Amino acid sequence: MTATSTPGSLLESRGLTVRFGGLLALNELDIDVRHGEVLGLIGPNGSGKTTFLNVISGVYSASAGSIRLDGVDITTASAQSLSNHGLARTFQRSRLCLPLSVFDNIALGAQKRLDSGLWQNLVRRKEFAAEARAIAAEARELLHVFNPMLADKLFEPAISLGMIDRRRVEICRALIGKPKLVLLDEPSAGMTHDETDQVVDEILGIRKSLGGLTIIIVEHEMGLIERVTDRCVVLNYGKKICEGRFRDVAVDPVVREAYLGQS
Amino acid sequence: MSKLSPSHKTVPVWPLIAAVAFAAAALTTLVLIENQKILGLALAGIAAICFAAARFGGVTAAETAASENPWLLRGLILIAALAVLFVLRDDNFGLLMVATVLIYATVCIGLTIQMGYAGLTNFAAAAFVGTGGYTAAMLGQKGGLPDPLVLISGGLIAVLIGSLLILPVLRTRGHYAALTTLAFGVMFNVFLDANELLGGPQGLKIPGINLFGWDFSSDLHILGFTFSFYVNYVILTGVLTALAMILAGLLDKSWIGVWLDVVRLDETAASVFGLKIGYWKILAFTLGNFLAGVMGAVYAKMTGFIAPSNFTFGDSLVMVSIVILGGIGNRWGVLPAALIVVLLPEKLQFIQEYRLLLYAILVIVILIVRPDGFVARRVRALRMEARS
Repeated sequence: MTATSTPGSLLESRGLTVRFGGLLALNELDIDVRHGEVLGLIGPNGSGKTTFLNVISGVYSASAGSIRLDGVDITTASAQSLSNHGLARTFQRSRLCLPLSVFDNIALGAQKRLDSGLWQNLVRRKEFAAEARAIAAEARELLHVFNPMLADKLFEPAISLGMIDRRRVEICRALIGKPKLVLLDEPSAGMTHDETDQVVDEILGIRKSLGGLTIIIVEHEMGLIERVTDRCVVLNYGKKICEGRFRDVAVDPVVREAYLGQS
Repeated sequence: MSKLSPSHKTVPVWPLIAAVAFAAAALTTLVLIENQKILGLALAGIAAICFAAARFGGVTAAETAASENPWLLRGLILIAALAVLFVLRDDNFGLLMVATVLIYATVCIGLTIQMGYAGLTNFAAAAFVGTGGYTAAMLGQKGGLPDPLVLISGGLIAVLIGSLLILPVLRTRGHYAALTTLAFGVMFNVFLDANELLGGPQGLKIPGINLFGWDFSSDLHILGFTFSFYVNYVILTGVLTALAMILAGLLDKSWIGVWLDVVRLDETAASVFGLKIGYWKILAFTLGNFLAGVMGAVYAKMTGFIAPSNFTFGDSLVMVSIVILGGIGNRWGVLPAALIVVLLPEKLQFIQEYRLLLYAILVIVILIVRPDGFVARRVRALRMEARS
């Protein structure tokens, strides 16, 4: 059972290795993400969590090993083509385009199904307007789930929003492309405890309404991990050291040692 | 659904009418005035009116009226343009100035697409204008090709020459990309100076424009009034400026505009959501260079003579400064900026060598007072387009 595909896996990495010069950021990782689950990726600082997200979303390329998404080998796929494969993500540090409106930012998430041709955009303005209307309606609907107030700010610049609303917009941008797999990189970063709780509730709510979205979530805030994840993978120095439900993982001696150091 | 559609309350249109009338009056005054003292007073007056309009909401009111009534804006601009043409009808120098301003403005609309939208700094704009100009000159010597095709060829050759730069421009970012284009601009000038076939430092003569039998080199007689032949060029450059404005406006208010902005602001986010960064940069670079090349051909045909000294790095710098003064990414800003940057050095002849110094000081002062340029770029709101 070592290197074969598990039935029901949406994403599987086998022997996934990333080297930055002499640094081994990911060391032969085998990770499976099942259809419809929320997988938490945890581990101390520098353990390779964000690197894992970056390599599956095509921002970095793998030094060795393979990644399959829904049966398709995406190991060498470019970041651009991955969104066509049904992958979307948020970033640890907000990567919204702040001078642009909320609408523009969210439309980016739907880019692959919009017509970007010159003729359509410059000449067939009616068709373009129809697309814009459809995206506006979808974006309002999504934003409404998070925060009804936010739906009214669709044409406000993203820079006018607070941290929590920016995070919500980022998640909407990831969701509007109807992805199979969403990567959330530290959704709690830069927010207060209460705000984090609120966003978690919203993520769970939207997941319910979309019906079984698969999510990988990287997070330091263990309360959040405990509430939302079905399963966790713990990384340390780029290696998987433990895997299982959060409450089992949390008491695992190897994990405790990785977090607290040898006693 | 009432929440989705913003209220359709009527916006007063008089601020827009006043703004266009003021712009036309200001343009005519600046072109006509010879007396230096009166010119200074006029400049101060115009600046004061602009400042007051911005301060008391006049600019915003005009902008709102313009976006609510696009056809009224176009009609007003047409009427104002005809009025200016009528007033300046026999002022050769003034008309030449206006056409030159329009040529610079159009090139800078191209630069706005490159720098303001896609974030590609281009310090070789004058080289692409020059490519268009030399194309027109060479085609003019051979003869045979109708002038509309000559102008288009100017644009296409500029795109072709520009494609030499695509690889380095795509591989570099920010200051490095700027340096690449800068080096190209300097090389272009050295090449022109050394090339015997292209006339070397002495330059080339070019015949005027003839559009389907409409000879641009002869005066017009309409309703008993005589219009200088330069009116032809003002009309042509005006039409081209309008077309470029429409192109840039449609680009901005479309998905393409959004994608170009995202490419400029965050390449990582752009590529994670599937944008092909190279494609969008090449598109913006190509469109901008095409506009520069076409306007170069018009410029060459209008002045009847071009030399390497018309297309130096200094000229590229002037074009970039027009874009920055106008407000990067706002296509309307290039109009007043081009007017000031092109007209003032000509009008300030009285202080001779010091005119460039004074002009430079003025540019610095403007940038201190208005760091975002004359008309700062607004947040794109596709509200009108997405209105149900």
